[in-house]
Amino acid sequence: MSSILNQNTLESEAIYTFREVVAQFENPVLLFSGGKDSITLVRLAQKAFYPARIPFPLMHIDTGHNFPETIEFRDRLVEELGLNLIVRKVQDDIDSGVSIEEKGRYSSRNSLQTNTLLSAIEEYKFDACIGGARRDEEKARAKERIFSVRNDFGEWDEKNQRPEVFDMLNGRIDIGQNVRVFPISNWTELDVWSYIDAEKIEIPSIYFAHEREIFERDGLIWTASEHVYKDDHELTEMKTVRFRTVGDITCTAAVESGADTVEKIIKEVRESAISERGARIDDKRSEAAMETRKQQGYF
Amino acid sequence: MEVLKIATAGSVDDGKSTLIGRLLYDTKSLTSDKLEAIDRVSKKNGLDYLDFSLATDGLVAEREQGITIDVAHIYFSTSKKSYIIADTPGHIEYTRNMVTGASTSQASIILIDARKGVIEQTYRHFFINNLLRVKEVIVAINKMDLVNYSEDVFTNIIKEFDELRSKSDFRDQKITFIPVSALWGENIAEKSTAMSWYQGQTILEHLEDLKAEDFAEESQARFSVQTVIRPKTEEFHDYRGYAGKINGNSLRVGDDVTVLPSLTTSKIKDIHFFEETFDEAPAGSSVTISLADDINVARGDMLVKTKEVPKETKVVDAMVCWMDNRPLVPGKKYVLQHNTNGVLAKIDKIESHIDSNFGAEENVTSLSLNDIGSVKIKLSKSIYADSYNENRTNGRFILVDTQTNTTAGVGFIK
Repeated sequence: MSSILNQNTLESEAIYTFREVVAQFENPVLLFSGGKDSITLVRLAQKAFYPARIPFPLMHIDTGHNFPETIEFRDRLVEELGLNLIVRKVQDDIDSGVSIEEKGRYSSRNSLQTNTLLSAIEEYKFDACIGGARRDEEKARAKERIFSVRNDFGEWDEKNQRPEVFDMLNGRIDIGQNVRVFPISNWTELDVWSYIDAEKIEIPSIYFAHEREIFERDGLIWTASEHVYKDDHELTEMKTVRFRTVGDITCTAAVESGADTVEKIIKEVRESAISERGARIDDKRSEAAMETRKQQGYF
Repeated sequence: MEVLKIATAGSVDDGKSTLIGRLLYDTKSLTSDKLEAIDRVSKKNGLDYLDFSLATDGLVAEREQGITIDVAHIYFSTSKKSYIIADTPGHIEYTRNMVTGASTSQASIILIDARKGVIEQTYRHFFINNLLRVKEVIVAINKMDLVNYSEDVFTNIIKEFDELRSKSDFRDQKITFIPVSALWGENIAEKSTAMSWYQGQTILEHLEDLKAEDFAEESQARFSVQTVIRPKTEEFHDYRGYAGKINGNSLRVGDDVTVLPSLTTSKIKDIHFFEETFDEAPAGSSVTISLADDINVARGDMLVKTKEVPKETKVVDAMVCWMDNRPLVPGKKYVLQHNTNGVLAKIDKIESHIDSNFGAEENVTSLSLNDIGSVKIKLSKSIYADSYNENRTNGRFILVDTQTNTTAGVGFIK
């Protein structure tokens, strides 16, 4: 038996939030993208309920335009931890006509995730959707509560948010509403990496420096892939890159990097002059891109 | 790494966002893409300086109106500490968001415009910090560049503030006055050369020197059960653990505990945190506790040391900050959420509306949005509570409107 627990404030708060979710809701789900933030959530959920199993399923809203490394990682994690994974595909909604695929140079399936997410919430009657969003990522996210109430269209009413005082989380909702829960709201990118380092958490290989076929456009590094639109004059080359975020392949730009260990990544993040979402093509659409997406039900 | 949570308070145009932007800029926490965006929009708006409020006002409506409506959480770090700033609105009509921001903070920065001195809003900001028992307050007297960096202006504002302070009964509060120019970055992270008469620390130096002990609350241990862990697996067949967060003093294996409200007693057998067990766990830790006896414990119950049982009450006298558009009126019923325990509550009497000018009480029969008042509440079942001043976690509650489900008010038990 060791003596005194050496507590980590951010970790304790996140675990507290997970337990409130399970106590206050009937049908929670963890939104899992296979990225470092949702992988961190899985570890925190394990800790919150240990030695019991994680008492809710994971759900991946699959755009169909993934990095193959992420899917492989996802399936291995689920297998190893004996988790229950639900997958809902954006492709199915395109096929049925619910969603319309964007065309052209900047086409992406990222915003189409919202439709698929909302219909999955309806289908399963999820009342709480736990996500790995962090307030330091983006200025609209900096405004959001830890328990964020959405109406039955998934809309976020940013001007009329429920007060959230101290650590008292109020999860009471009407039928049809749901709450988006963000246990790591107060973590920064560096906090997540430090935690991954301290806990020795495994993450997909695309976070580490590797050789990849890429092309450059608008000062960003795009992945050469059948899913990414590319003009004939745009030439591809091989480069050593890594990804800071993992999203849809069509809207996630790579960064040039030689960081091939978590330790080197931490050093790189600490010294970086560019924010994490600086490499998110979907955020560059307008000054209020994230706010608009969230109003429409994006997580 | 150590995390320090700060709230800022200031009236419109006192330079709150500029001060935060400065802190970010001077600690190299603003990345180049964010800085470029601020520069681009500042120029577009015809400014010849960087408008840092663009970094903190995250909503379209805020940028359009140039005011802060809701709390934004902003993060930066130095080699010593990580900081979380709750940037709260200054307008009277957003008092509830001010309380929201300040409620999670260990320290506060109150801004005063050197040209205006202590104004009505300063009273309100200081009052809220007192109500919440925020121990560390920095009063940043800003825009010193616009008063010729005058030491007299600075000392006069301190005198005005001392008068305000004399009306407060919160003696443990530490107040530090710092003359600054947020726009030019003077005494924010770097010492001002124009104010050589000021010998004290910069805001950042002061924040860097604050230690966890400065905020530690000496109060009795309170452990509210969030959920019961029963794995029912082969390996942990008989395991039953109570998951929650320790508040107040630490808990140890072997402590004699009483379960509230049943008043059954037992001993702490184990303290678990994930795959490890510990002899002792401090305040703030989210642990799982097992008891020596097989007794009935559920969500909403509270474990306390047997020698430290708080008093039972079915009537609550509290200061309430009202946060709902629909006013608080006698006779109305709410759920009073006290820790993880919710009980039905009836508003018995609204005794007075407290003016944030300290002490000027007014008899009223209702509280409107953003009002703060003294309220008597009757409960359907007893709770075991402390006064907020003695135990911050066990002395507070929220009132939830059962018809709209919203958090309608927050209370501080007297």
